[in-house]
Amino acid sequence: MAVSAKPRGGLQNRVFHLATGGAAWLVLILLVAVAFSMLIGGKLAFQTFGFFGFVKSSQWDVVNGQFGALVPIYGTLVTSAIALIIAMPVSIGIALFLTDIAPAWSRQPIAVAIELLAAVPSIIYGMWGLFMFAPFMANHVEPWLNDHLGTAPVIGPLFNGPPIGIGMLSAGIVLGIMVIPFIASVARDVFNAVPAALRESAVALGSTRWEILRHVTLPYTRSAIVGAVFLGLGRALGETMAVTFVLGNAHDLSASLLMPSNSIAAAIANEFTEADTALYRSSLIALAFLLFVVTFIVLSLAKLMLRRMDRNLGRTH
Amino acid sequence: MNWILFRRRVADRIALVGAGLATAFGLVFLAWILWTTFANGAAAISVKLVTEMTPPPGSDGGLLNAFYGSAVMILLALAIGTPIGLAAGTYLAEHGRHTKLAATVRFVNDILLSAPSIVLGLFIYELVVVPSQHFSGYAGALALALILIPVVVRTSDEALRLVPDRMREAAFALGLPRWKVSTRILFKAARSGVVTGVLLGVARISGETAPLLFTALNNQFWSADMNAPLANVPVVIFQYAMSPYDAWHALAWAGALVLTIFVLTLNILVRLVARGRKSA
Repeated sequence: MAVSAKPRGGLQNRVFHLATGGAAWLVLILLVAVAFSMLIGGKLAFQTFGFFGFVKSSQWDVVNGQFGALVPIYGTLVTSAIALIIAMPVSIGIALFLTDIAPAWSRQPIAVAIELLAAVPSIIYGMWGLFMFAPFMANHVEPWLNDHLGTAPVIGPLFNGPPIGIGMLSAGIVLGIMVIPFIASVARDVFNAVPAALRESAVALGSTRWEILRHVTLPYTRSAIVGAVFLGLGRALGETMAVTFVLGNAHDLSASLLMPSNSIAAAIANEFTEADTALYRSSLIALAFLLFVVTFIVLSLAKLMLRRMDRNLGRTH
Repeated sequence: MNWILFRRRVADRIALVGAGLATAFGLVFLAWILWTTFANGAAAISVKLVTEMTPPPGSDGGLLNAFYGSAVMILLALAIGTPIGLAAGTYLAEHGRHTKLAATVRFVNDILLSAPSIVLGLFIYELVVVPSQHFSGYAGALALALILIPVVVRTSDEALRLVPDRMREAAFALGLPRWKVSTRILFKAARSGVVTGVLLGVARISGETAPLLFTALNNQFWSADMNAPLANVPVVIFQYAMSPYDAWHALAWAGALVLTIFVLTLNILVRLVARGRKSA
């Protein structure tokens, strides 16, 4: 192998090696530095309320300087969960359509269109969400949910609330649309990478396309699909602008998905420039620390699952 | 037809229709979002957009200072982020291809690629804004550079690894030192891949709002001072869209339209170029 040798001779060589290696180290240092600086910035909040006190408290009282992370954490998790519930089946459907069903000439344009969903800046999603989607939800979807699901047992409280369009449900749906392209493009790639022999064997046994998907393609690509979903989750957790527009910035804990709420990223975006006390600012940075740690874990899991799929493919080819 | 066969056929048909509907679902939302932006934005576009400054509430104006601020910050972010990203990508693909460090950096880089951009903005706030005690265009550009670097690292790493080893061996056989092999031969061979990555990075950072909120902040007036708060398109859109004034909403839509056209055009161009290269 011609690559990866020690730098030999020449000052320029050594400088070049140091510069490129330094840049690589910089990427590593960056990650650690971000986490560390969030921890330092949030230290005051963690010291004042205690780590668990901060995480478990639902109070957000600016006047009296009482801050707790529970409402933003809850809002972040609920909206991300709604996003995944929508994005998972839709993305797998899109991947199936693009690999198996669509006529060959239409696959490329449709795939590009779906990928463009990921290119649209999140602030555009936010504006569209605020001015178009939220009124649509308020006028057409949420009254129906109130009437038909709001009185149902168990899930009733989730869908019972004022039909104002701004709230966790709308934010979750917008997030779902935003993460679809990320999951769909990975799913399409791995569906395409399933060895033809496997699919052909299933066809020879008389399987329908649905049976091939369920019994051959999905089991074979499972770890990559899970990885892709985690990747989408990582995106959804940290998404800021789209959520800020449609979530309503309310610091109340509520069972109803139709109620305004808050998310970690939205709270920071809305309040950080207005935070006038050190403790207020520190509490927001402490929120950012929690968000960074959680997304780091989620994205690491995603990478590990995707890498496992790569190794599987390497072995079978 | 027996019952089992019938059931299998129905299940199959449902799955196929479901897949078609899922695709339609995605496309409908793309069309809806784009249509909303075009309809509202086109109504608000006028020459004033590029000749006047952002107005106070109640009067009309343009976005000239915001366009200027965004352009300068993106260019500065490019100037900072591209060399660092390219250098790190070169290390991953060439010098350290099989080292543990390279594997770790690749892993971390992929995480930074998807990390919440608002946290990166807060990081620059802590690092630059707090010590200097004021918001500035420099801080904004630095925050954008942080988002650009992982994109460039990833794409230059991939582009360089696509260069066939024969080319490296031929260059080494001529007795070229390592740094010359990289800069004179491999960078040229991988150029279009690297440029693609940088352009995608520009598309990405030009729409980023969250990291600018507490770094560049905003500025209602014309200012070319990079050491002071600097107007920029995304934050202006954010503030104006959240305001109660109709004139501000219109300007926000006009800005949103320009931003969307810019970002989508870059994306489509990059794809066309990449495809042309593949078939050539």
